Amino acid sequence: MDMLIAKKRLPEIKSSEITPKCVYRNRREFIMGGAALALGLNMTSSWAALQSESPFPKPFADAPGSLYSSDEKLTDYESVTTYNNFYEFSTDKHRPAELAKNFMARPWTISVAGECNKPRQWDIDELISKFPSEERIYRHRCVEAWSMVVPWIGFELGKLIKASEPTANAKFIEFETLHDPQRMPGQKPGFLGGTLDWPYREGLRMDEAMHPLTILTVGLYGEYLPGQNGAPLRLTVPWKYGFKGIKSIVSIRFTEQQPQNTWNLQAPSEYGFYANVNPEVDHPRWSQAKERKIGELFKQPTLMFNGYGDHVADLYSGMDLSRHF
Amino acid sequence: MIRPVSPAALRWLKSLLFMVCLLPLAGVAHGVLTASIAGDPVEAMTEVSGQWALRFLLLTLSITPFRTLFKLTDLIKFRRMLGLFAFFYALCHLSVYIVFDQFFDWPEIWRDTVEKKFVFAGMLAVVLMIPLAITSTNGWIKRLGGKRWQRLHRLVYVSAVAAVVHFIWLVKADYTQPLIYAVVLILLLGYRVIRKIRKKPAVLRSRTC
Repeated sequence: MDMLIAKKRLPEIKSSEITPKCVYRNRREFIMGGAALALGLNMTSSWAALQSESPFPKPFADAPGSLYSSDEKLTDYESVTTYNNFYEFSTDKHRPAELAKNFMARPWTISVAGECNKPRQWDIDELISKFPSEERIYRHRCVEAWSMVVPWIGFELGKLIKASEPTANAKFIEFETLHDPQRMPGQKPGFLGGTLDWPYREGLRMDEAMHPLTILTVGLYGEYLPGQNGAPLRLTVPWKYGFKGIKSIVSIRFTEQQPQNTWNLQAPSEYGFYANVNPEVDHPRWSQAKERKIGELFKQPTLMFNGYGDHVADLYSGMDLSRHF
Repeated sequence: MIRPVSPAALRWLKSLLFMVCLLPLAGVAHGVLTASIAGDPVEAMTEVSGQWALRFLLLTLSITPFRTLFKLTDLIKFRRMLGLFAFFYALCHLSVYIVFDQFFDWPEIWRDTVEKKFVFAGMLAVVLMIPLAITSTNGWIKRLGGKRWQRLHRLVYVSAVAAVVHFIWLVKADYTQPLIYAVVLILLLGYRVIRKIRKKPAVLRSRTC
């Protein structure tokens, strides 16, 4: 029952008054750089990599907990923030942390549009203060058969959906990531053409989007979402493979037709629209029966719906999950 | 023609090469033991061992073209070591899979090998190297005779193709890296095909050992 007791909140500090990470990060680097110069040292690049605890302020340190949180041991902060699949920066999992270090996630506007009565442009800080965040400790299962336990900070997507008043035609919801090769170098055409078809797109069925487990994430470990984790706003759907959790969202649309999603476009036989974690349906090229929890040497069995079956299994009753993978 | 390396110098060069070939292993071992690899150290072990197995395989295959094109006859004296290091890193790669990915779950390993084509290609690449590693000694060369030994060791071409295909098949997007290996392999094999077609006398063949 102790999980029911929400942590006490600090007296009001408006989120808009908190300096966004990219700003103080640059400031900190500037100061560190200056100190290093003064000492004649070259210590600018690797100082952050050596921290096991976050060196950044924690604007969400007092966000209340949630009944939906897992009580598993958290994956360490460094792994969560330096081991990232974020092809907008690099296909190498260790590179986004470096390449997104100075990613400016302010100012940032999210457009909510499509089949709804209240379409509008949201400023990220307005969104953060309008929908109070809580901490959600979720298992995160990547389609590549590894997993983490991450203390996300976010609010239920359903709350934004309700505020937008979707029409009866709204059957799906579609998301898009920022497309800006200047700021996201992985979007530049590479040596052999591009990696993915930008912008990155994802979608959910409306009942999936309204499910209380589905959150829009604005932070982790009490701090603002780092660039490499999808600053300033990402989707987190814990019973689905990680690639459904679209990062750095700029557009949310209500649609009547099932939206396209990037990995499905890339390889339709390998990545479906649903992408529910399912140990019984292999990826065509590798098994999904087990996963390696980051920090462990050996693999453990993967759970149906990533262990969230009690909450979400009925969303898919009657569906052939080997066909709708 | 560059003058032959003296036996003493050769011993030194071989020892040096041996140490250099161990550097990738030392690098990843250091990372794992000091826990300085963020994320998944097992993935790092898999990637480093796999990449170096492939690199050593291609280095082994580049000895013959380099010897003949640049008249560096003595290069042959390093080929066996390079080939054995390719096998060593391939075995490390396979061991990481068997121990950490599957934890000796043999039925699952078998299922994986027959059902997943990239696993099959990788297994094929390693298995084909086993007879080559075993018969890499002077004794086995004598026992088999130069001709038969050489015919057997042409399996290395199949192994290298399987290894590159294994890499291509496991990539999710962005084929740049495996395609670089593929291009190098095509050049190395293409060189041999062209030489065969031209039916040039194989100048240095008799000295292979």
